[in-house]
Amino acid sequence: MKNIIGKLAISAAAVAMATGIASAELRVGLDTAPYPPFAEVDASGNQTGFEIELGEAVCEAMGETCVWTPTAWDGIIPALTSGKIDAIFASMSITEERAKVIAFSDKYYNTPAVLVAPKSSDITEDPASLDGKIVGVQVSTTHANYAQAKFSDTADSIKTYPAFDEHNADLVAGRVDAVVGDSLAFSDFLEANPDFEVKAQLNDDAIFGLGVGVGLRKEDTELLEKFNAAIAKVRADGTYDEIASKYFDFNIYGAE
Amino acid sequence: MDLGFIDLSQLAYSPPGRGALLLSGLLATLQIAAGAFILGLTIGFGGALGKLYGPSPLKWFLEGYTTIVRAVPELVLILLVFYAGSGLVNEVLRSFGQRPIDINALLAGIVVLGFVMGAYATEVMRGAISSIPKGQIEAGRAYGMSSTMMLRRIVAPAMMPLAIPGIANLWLIVLKDTALLAVIGSIELATRTRQAGATTREYLTFYLAALVLYLLLTLVSMYAIRHVERYFRRGLRGANS
Amino acid sequence: MVWDWLPEYLPRLAEGVWITIQLLVISLTIGTVLSVPIGLVQVTGPRILSWMALSFCTLIRGTPLLIQLWLVYYGLGSLFPGIPGLRESFLWPYLRDAFPYAIFAFSLSVAGYQGEVMRAGFLSVSKGELEAGKAFGMGRWTLLRRIWMPRAFQNVLPTLGNEAILTLKATPLAATITVYDVFGVATIIRQETFRIYEPLLLIAGIYIVITLILTLLYRWIENRVPRPA
Repeated sequence: MKNIIGKLAISAAAVAMATGIASAELRVGLDTAPYPPFAEVDASGNQTGFEIELGEAVCEAMGETCVWTPTAWDGIIPALTSGKIDAIFASMSITEERAKVIAFSDKYYNTPAVLVAPKSSDITEDPASLDGKIVGVQVSTTHANYAQAKFSDTADSIKTYPAFDEHNADLVAGRVDAVVGDSLAFSDFLEANPDFEVKAQLNDDAIFGLGVGVGLRKEDTELLEKFNAAIAKVRADGTYDEIASKYFDFNIYGAE
Repeated sequence: MDLGFIDLSQLAYSPPGRGALLLSGLLATLQIAAGAFILGLTIGFGGALGKLYGPSPLKWFLEGYTTIVRAVPELVLILLVFYAGSGLVNEVLRSFGQRPIDINALLAGIVVLGFVMGAYATEVMRGAISSIPKGQIEAGRAYGMSSTMMLRRIVAPAMMPLAIPGIANLWLIVLKDTALLAVIGSIELATRTRQAGATTREYLTFYLAALVLYLLLTLVSMYAIRHVERYFRRGLRGANS
Repeated sequence: MVWDWLPEYLPRLAEGVWITIQLLVISLTIGTVLSVPIGLVQVTGPRILSWMALSFCTLIRGTPLLIQLWLVYYGLGSLFPGIPGLRESFLWPYLRDAFPYAIFAFSLSVAGYQGEVMRAGFLSVSKGELEAGKAFGMGRWTLLRRIWMPRAFQNVLPTLGNEAILTLKATPLAATITVYDVFGVATIIRQETFRIYEPLLLIAGIYIVITLILTLLYRWIENRVPRPA
């Protein structure tokens, strides 16, 4: 009896090790839910988008093989710290709060946050206009922090959703009166839904940070330097502008 | 074909239809479910034997395992095992100076669900084994069979017909629980459905399609289970029910 | 293990527990009430109704609750813009808030699983008792009310207790549609404090305590209800 169980255990472990053991790949985490134009899954199952292309260019500049590892957004930092992924390349804003837990590379783009609501409504960024309204945001984002900080006193409630598209779906359905998110991420949505528009651009460097960067574990200082060097290289040799111009006709990097 | 609130063209097999994407998710679901099922049964069998015949500390440990896993919601367990599991493994490896193991998404899902299923399987098998007529085991002992031989020749075959309904139910549960892995971002049918619905905003179409696919899985499974049950009950009274 | 965040979040956790209990009790009640006709009609009723009940149970038991929940919330939600005048109607407060959707999906789930249990329960009542009732001249409804239903409930009471615990374990799914049950609150805590394990361990403990209370409650009910000889 002990014999069989022992053999079973060993063979199970061996199979697990064989399929599980790493090669020297860099597992780069991104959100499972689509976030166009930065990252989404096309009908053939391939990852496409500005961030995907930029990420691959950066990896090439570093000389590493990167494997895109979809991870639920609300668990992406724990995934990094517990070792499931080695880097976060998912439009994560560089903020002080996050910097306490993980390390950030230099920024690779910076776009403002905006407030979106139906054209017919008179909501603006003034918290008073949100009196009795419901605001939708994505969980664990700087946009959620902004909404909590500025709107929670006047608004009826702030609903946090696991994914970006979900609060948009509820905006269309009328369950929320306004949403806060990244200006570019909304472009697809606003194109498909002309009844909604950007009501205001939200500026607050303290809450929104100075751009998005690659998230890394604090102890991976070598990897951090590699990423920074690669980002700088990609910016210098024109690859960045080449990729960006495919998606945007303005400067997405922001101020230097 | 646009039926107003459902757009069937979105489900077409080739792009821009996302039918192929859903089917690939279905395949992943089956793989995770099968792996978790086998892992769960293995843990369950060992756990049942441990609970019935093992030393007291083992019994205590197993009792704790089954009670806690069955009292805590699967979603919470999945998150805990997902982060704690790999966190622990990688901590240990790091202390030895090794690189963290790359546990791919499929394997992670299998390990997590298998761990949870193991607790339920332990209870099912324990109930089945303790229902085996004592006379059969005593006869085996009277013949001087070793423990291993008794396990192989008497306990395992006698346990199967008693355990089949419980095990069959566990398979159906595992199939459906794979959907919970969408919350941790594991790629399977529920995740693919969510992605497809999000990108096309055709939520109703894709969630209904997912419903149909899961139902198909269940119905096919139930059909197969009926045949498996007939095989294991052959020779027993009332076998051809 | 760091627990310094606990005092700050205690009120929200308490609210979360309250929402969890509401989800549990309301869904169980509605679902149980629905499960009686669903189970009964499969034993007696006209073929068409029996078939409908069976299909309903197969659908509910054959598909994941999470998908059912998302279908109900996001699937139905995507239809709203197409229905003019919806926002002014009296239904709007219920359609707008996420809580009713969770109740709706969970109640149907309970009804589906318990429908099967009730069917077995109704079948298990011995024919002798029903015949005795008929011999006394009881009408169909009286028979149902006085003998069949109480007896069926007595027989399946342990399974009903189990169903209650299973429903409790399904409540965290509501957090994925913005219902802030205790799991939803734990998710918020995890996001705001960056702690991975402590919030999860805490609510695991909370769920264990609630399960214990439920188990004791049902055992007490079982002891009070007379078992058939």
